[in-house]
Amino acid sequence: MEMTGAKILMECLLEQGVDTVFGYPGGTILNVYDALYHYQDRIQHILVSHEQGASHAADGYARSTGKVGVCFATSGPGATNLVTGIATAYMDSSPVVFITCNVSQNLIGKDAFQEVDITGIAMPITKCTYLVRDPADIADTVREAFALARSGRPGPVLIDIVKNATAEKAEYEYLPREKHTSTGRLAGLIRRARTSSLKMPEPNQDDVNILVDMIAQSKKPMLICGGGVVRGRAHREFREFAHRIDAPVAITLMGGGGISGTDELATGMIGMHGSKASNMACDGCDLLIAVGCRFSDRVALKPATFARQAKIVHIDIDRAEIDKNVQTDHHIIGNAKQVLELLNRKVPQYNHSEWKKYVFSFPTETEYDENEYVLTPKQILSTISRLSPEDTIVATDVGQHQMWAIQHFHFDYPGQLLTSGGFGAMGFGLGAAIGAKVGNPDKHVIHITGDGSFRMNCNELATEEFYKLPILTFVFNNHRLGMVRQWQELTYDKRFFMTTTERGPDFVKLAEAYGLKGAQVHTVEELEAAIQEGMAEAKQGRGYVVDCIIQEGELVRPMVSGGMHITEFLVN
Amino acid sequence: MEEKLRTLSVLVENESGVLSQIARLFSRKGFNIESLAVGTTDDPHISRMTIEVRANDNHTNLMCAQLSKMVPVHSVKLLVPGHSIRRELVLYKVRARNSEDKNEIIQIANIFRGAIIDVSKETLTLSVIGDEKKTDAVQELLEGFGIVELVRTGMIALERGKYTINEDTKEKGEFNYGKDVL
Repeated sequence: MEMTGAKILMECLLEQGVDTVFGYPGGTILNVYDALYHYQDRIQHILVSHEQGASHAADGYARSTGKVGVCFATSGPGATNLVTGIATAYMDSSPVVFITCNVSQNLIGKDAFQEVDITGIAMPITKCTYLVRDPADIADTVREAFALARSGRPGPVLIDIVKNATAEKAEYEYLPREKHTSTGRLAGLIRRARTSSLKMPEPNQDDVNILVDMIAQSKKPMLICGGGVVRGRAHREFREFAHRIDAPVAITLMGGGGISGTDELATGMIGMHGSKASNMACDGCDLLIAVGCRFSDRVALKPATFARQAKIVHIDIDRAEIDKNVQTDHHIIGNAKQVLELLNRKVPQYNHSEWKKYVFSFPTETEYDENEYVLTPKQILSTISRLSPEDTIVATDVGQHQMWAIQHFHFDYPGQLLTSGGFGAMGFGLGAAIGAKVGNPDKHVIHITGDGSFRMNCNELATEEFYKLPILTFVFNNHRLGMVRQWQELTYDKRFFMTTTERGPDFVKLAEAYGLKGAQVHTVEELEAAIQEGMAEAKQGRGYVVDCIIQEGELVRPMVSGGMHITEFLVN
Repeated sequence: MEEKLRTLSVLVENESGVLSQIARLFSRKGFNIESLAVGTTDDPHISRMTIEVRANDNHTNLMCAQLSKMVPVHSVKLLVPGHSIRRELVLYKVRARNSEDKNEIIQIANIFRGAIIDVSKETLTLSVIGDEKKTDAVQELLEGFGIVELVRTGMIALERGKYTINEDTKEKGEFNYGKDVL
């Protein structure tokens, strides 16, 4: 059937089962929005305040639902406003398809109004970028883009379509998703992967057997649960594996939810702000099995001495991660779920109680001096956790509050924690929370942020209010850019500079300006009352902002400086 | 670790944007490409790139891994000096005002199995094929006459013997796992 490029795009989104798109219209993408007008009964469009918010929302949607997120933006500034969101999705391996439109073919390269080479800009922060000039190529490209975004190690893909290609007509024929791999370039891609006779439909058996032997010889094994367990939704297999080999489990920031935070083997986060138990275990173990993590500089602070007594085994889907940051002794390439299933079939039950006793003699959580006059981060988080439904989704921004959230709020399943780990983009949280709520309307969604991060993208409160997305925002407000201040305090002789933010807005009034309610709290009692009111507001479909005043000097503890050995704690 | 000149042979999809993607990968990982040659293969959909960089063992391995991971890349092979042949075509335009100079330059060309491919009243242009040892030697000899212009194709290389870049290795299978789209 002959139809316009824009209509083909809509049909292709339906082929993929897309029912929600986040975005912002503009001149060049008008044809697409005009097509969307006729499809609005099947594809819901969430209009945000700023394209960055849309990019984070599509990312949060993808992370929380496991589906591919979709985000629309126009050319030029619309497209460049997505860049932070694309990079965030790329660093955290989140499957999002970004669709932008560029100026018409006859204007390309002429420095036309709102023209920018977004495929060039996005190249290093996507799995792939496409510039589509012919409406006949749209279907093939969209099918390939979605397959790529969710396959292997997931990640963002960008499609840039020139405006005239969205208006011109081409032949389109419906093709069910299962048949996409049999046509066009996708078929070629698959054929190529198959030309290698050693292509592994399953993880390599010999590699798995080697690890089984290594486990048998180990007296002090340890596991790291990385983002791969979360993306691969391999939490059940991971839990079984951990309990089989009876090893303590540390999580990375991205691994939050890969194993329940309350599991008896969980030692908390590892690395720069890792718990004592995790870091000491890493230093003392004789076998370290890292699943779906990339040994970033925040985990393997000093690669040369990382797990210095241990044989390091790396299980990952991406071959390019092996030996990138830390030299490993053995690796298995494969999907976390598949590899762990295989291992669980082959590994007998072990008991390492003495080793566990040693590891758990160190604290897995930091304690704070508590009194009734001030709020500590731990008090806030345990109060929120206590009063929230069990499967609450938590989106965080970036900074001290983010570290506190992962240290004290225990996550139980993949997709429960949404945080910008690799890229560390402040302003990620509210957008992500919106995406999560749209994707999971039945779940309670909270947004944990700091006053600095919230100030960045609080404009999305308008989106939250308009679409009746009841998100509870908790601002950890110390009137400071806390994490940077912490570095100034500890490594710059307390020369606090440009980190004091004793300025507006009043976050409660800000919420009111957006048609929402809020409260400022100074004590646990006030916090409890605010949460109750927030929950009642949520039932009415309204969001709520809790401005939690905390001490300016509060630090994220413990802390190991970048580049130092993992047990050389700068603060305890 | 010692930095050496490395020769990478890469098979890629023959489509627009791939060259820039590969070149940018090198620059963003902090490598300076010493030489780059691209051309189609017997299959018009596939191009072969020969890339030379100066790097240590560790960085070379990382580079190969990053290249192998890219969607348009079919295969990557690090060519070992003793087991591969490397060739480059260099064109030299040399000043040759009198017949004495011309004769001498023609002799140099003959010794190095080069060819005179253009002649004018004041210049000769000769082409020489070889690795850098040979082309540098020619350059040194011609400098006395005055080199007006010089251009290189960039090094191309192939493995010696029956082995090819298409050989299936365990590593290649591992990379394909990540690219598998099913």
